[in-house]
Amino acid sequence: MTMRPAVVAGAWLLAACLAALSLGPSRIPPMDVAAALLQGLGLDFRVDERTLAIVASLRLPRMLMAALVGGMLALAGATLQGLFRNPLADPGVLGITGGATLGAVTAIFFGASAMGGAVLPLAGFAGALAAAIAVDRLARVDGRIPVASLLLSGIALEALSRALTGVLIYASDDRQLRDITLWLLGSYAGASWDRLLLIAPFALLSACALPFFARGLDALMLGEREAGHLGIPVETLKRLAVGVAALGVGAVVSVAGPVGFVGLVVPHLVRLTHGPGHRRLIPLAAAYGAALSVAADTLARILVAPAELPVGLVTAAIGAPFFAFLIRREKRRLAA
Amino acid sequence: MRSLLLAAALAVAGAIPAFAEPPQRIVVAGNGLTEIVYALGAGDRVAAVDTTSLYPKRAQDLPKVGYLRALAAEGILSLKPDLLLVTDDAGPPAVLAQMAGAGLRVVKAREGHSAEILAERVRMVGSILERGDAAGELEKGLAADFAALAQSLAASPTRPRIVFVLSAGGGTPLAAGADTSAEAMFKLAGAVNAIDGYKGYKPLSAEALAGSGAAVIVTVTHSLQALGGEAAMRALPQFAGAKNMRIVSFDGDYLLGFGPRTAHAARDLAAALRPNETIAKLPERPWVAAP
Repeated sequence: MTMRPAVVAGAWLLAACLAALSLGPSRIPPMDVAAALLQGLGLDFRVDERTLAIVASLRLPRMLMAALVGGMLALAGATLQGLFRNPLADPGVLGITGGATLGAVTAIFFGASAMGGAVLPLAGFAGALAAAIAVDRLARVDGRIPVASLLLSGIALEALSRALTGVLIYASDDRQLRDITLWLLGSYAGASWDRLLLIAPFALLSACALPFFARGLDALMLGEREAGHLGIPVETLKRLAVGVAALGVGAVVSVAGPVGFVGLVVPHLVRLTHGPGHRRLIPLAAAYGAALSVAADTLARILVAPAELPVGLVTAAIGAPFFAFLIRREKRRLAA
Repeated sequence: MRSLLLAAALAVAGAIPAFAEPPQRIVVAGNGLTEIVYALGAGDRVAAVDTTSLYPKRAQDLPKVGYLRALAAEGILSLKPDLLLVTDDAGPPAVLAQMAGAGLRVVKAREGHSAEILAERVRMVGSILERGDAAGELEKGLAADFAALAQSLAASPTRPRIVFVLSAGGGTPLAAGADTSAEAMFKLAGAVNAIDGYKGYKPLSAEALAGSGAAVIVTVTHSLQALGGEAAMRALPQFAGAKNMRIVSFDGDYLLGFGPRTAHAARDLAAALRPNETIAKLPERPWVAAP
């Protein structure tokens, strides 16, 4: 009974991943895709080089990147919404997304896209961590971090990052401007094994740690004092959860850009369908976030082939109507 | 995972192709380069172009690989090209690296807006496509045309101050500053960019325009249409101090493409800026009249 939602979510994620591996602008029969994957693992199936390159060096790392980014954003969104007891919270409210954006845009401004490689993601990651530390310092009152102060500090920092990003955008030339615009829309086009290895340790660490906060977040729904009476170390929980979420979100935003929608709305989708308990919400949000992100990226690669859409446009375009439909369906229950 | 990486690396190492014959399926990104490929008579070998490649018209019927700064690796590989020819500002770099990693030959042409770089590009494309003769002819023709234009301009007493204005999708008009293809065209046309305080394109303010001392506003037909025509453009607040400035417009590709038609475009711009003078027409060239 309790396993069923997990199985369903897993099935969706698996289906999205299979679609991502077997669909694309190049028509590759499913058998060849399987053969290319096995050949990538070291078996010899005599797959031609082009097919092998497309499946093992383009589609597979990109699918993993999409899953990691989508899963991480939804996971962090679910955690932060619980922590702030605020349905509008997403990784943006902590200033993390803004910090990562400022870092990445600064790197582009100083010529990072020409450098390629790891400079852009590292700058984004540094920006995200700097923002998280700044928010922590700004929000602390006598060693405690009241939620309201954390939220407001996050908003202030996000506004500041945005202003500074705006200054850089204004000072950019035509070429930098186009790079920045494309980065801001979010894309997995730069996915490669190198980049995946660069972010995977942080994102996976964060993704594995966040579900452990579920019990504490459930208690927090009753209020901070009540959670304290239940034996939850509230201050530690807040600092750890924020830190861990910042680490993961910073890592994924730095390679993919601020992919919209997933972090804010996927947790709500899961809450609407599976209730607010965090022990279920957190893993399910991660699975559905990953599935939505992988499916959206598959569409982004196919729809205007041989060109490509920014994935952030697609996540919002398929996610928002579905969300509206769910709200309509559950309207009665929500009103009650 | 490690063995997978290793296998991918081996696949790349094994995929270094031998360039025995000239490329037969070319994907080109960058309008100037596309024009050069067609001018060299290799248009039938082009498999796809980017969205900036609008000339010659035939190129518009080909599959589009998207905007040249946002190319898609698998999309391009799915066309099974044997050459990807791009300008230096094509990207993203990670995607170019992915395609090179998959065994596709990627050639970058140097970016820049000058007659020298144009000639260099013509030579480069000619040698890659093994169209050396056609490239020599094009290069010679361009050199002669640029020289003829410079000669007529040397005889002209006027050096008009002009402002180049662009409006993407009817949004706030942007004015071209230093280091733009527009400014490079002004120089070729014997004119002075009246806006020189910054690099690239910036939103145009009414005061900056009024104080620029410009005699003519140059724009592209596309922008003029997006703004709703000349009268609508003049009615915008940014143009309040520009009552006495003439507005002339050109096809954007023709004016800013920096391809084989550039000498003719510079001559037409020079003539449009000097309505009371005669700037000699350049000889008709096959690459300027391509269908």
